[in-house]
Amino acid sequence: MSEAPRFAPGSAVRVKDDWPERRGPCHIRTPHYIRGRVGRVVRPLGAFPNPEDLAFARPAPRRTLYHVLFDQPPIWQEGRPGDTILVEVFEHWLEPAGGGA
Amino acid sequence: MQDDARTPATHDIGGLARFRCTPVEHDEAPPDAFGKTVDALRQVLAQKGLMTVDELRRGIESLPEADYFALGYYERWLRSIAALMVEKSHVGPEVLE
Repeated sequence: MSEAPRFAPGSAVRVKDDWPERRGPCHIRTPHYIRGRVGRVVRPLGAFPNPEDLAFARPAPRRTLYHVLFDQPPIWQEGRPGDTILVEVFEHWLEPAGGGA
Repeated sequence: MQDDARTPATHDIGGLARFRCTPVEHDEAPPDAFGKTVDALRQVLAQKGLMTVDELRRGIESLPEADYFALGYYERWLRSIAALMVEKSHVGPEVLE
């Protein structure tokens, strides 16, 4: 049951505003430009061993991976309304976001 | 993002203006002899359980920025593999001297 997706398609989620790179060696699959940003879950993609642990040869619990869709203009200050960015994000980087995305 | 913007990690370059509007590198040519040798080494070490691709990536991402952008693709691999073998005490640092 621990691998059941926490977020359903359409859920508004906020990417954690976390910067592990500043705390020491790490391997992070969450690109810097979406941290702290609100997006919307498109769909869960399955559960996979956490690469943040695999990168250090640690036991790696499986984490659900999602396609999360973001509005592009506020992220890169360019583009037209309706432009989007689709990013694969692991569940432990996501928090529920109240309100609209 | 501005040209002088910094990202938290060398490889995390999405959105950086200095990497935009340049021709896409269609890296479809097969690896040269050096690249094949490095990949063979990586495969042997993985089969023996001495390293994983995730560790390889972590090693590449921890290269000093100047090295990261100066080295070729498989040169980065080799630097990471060597560092991992030392880190995991599979070889002594003196072997790499």
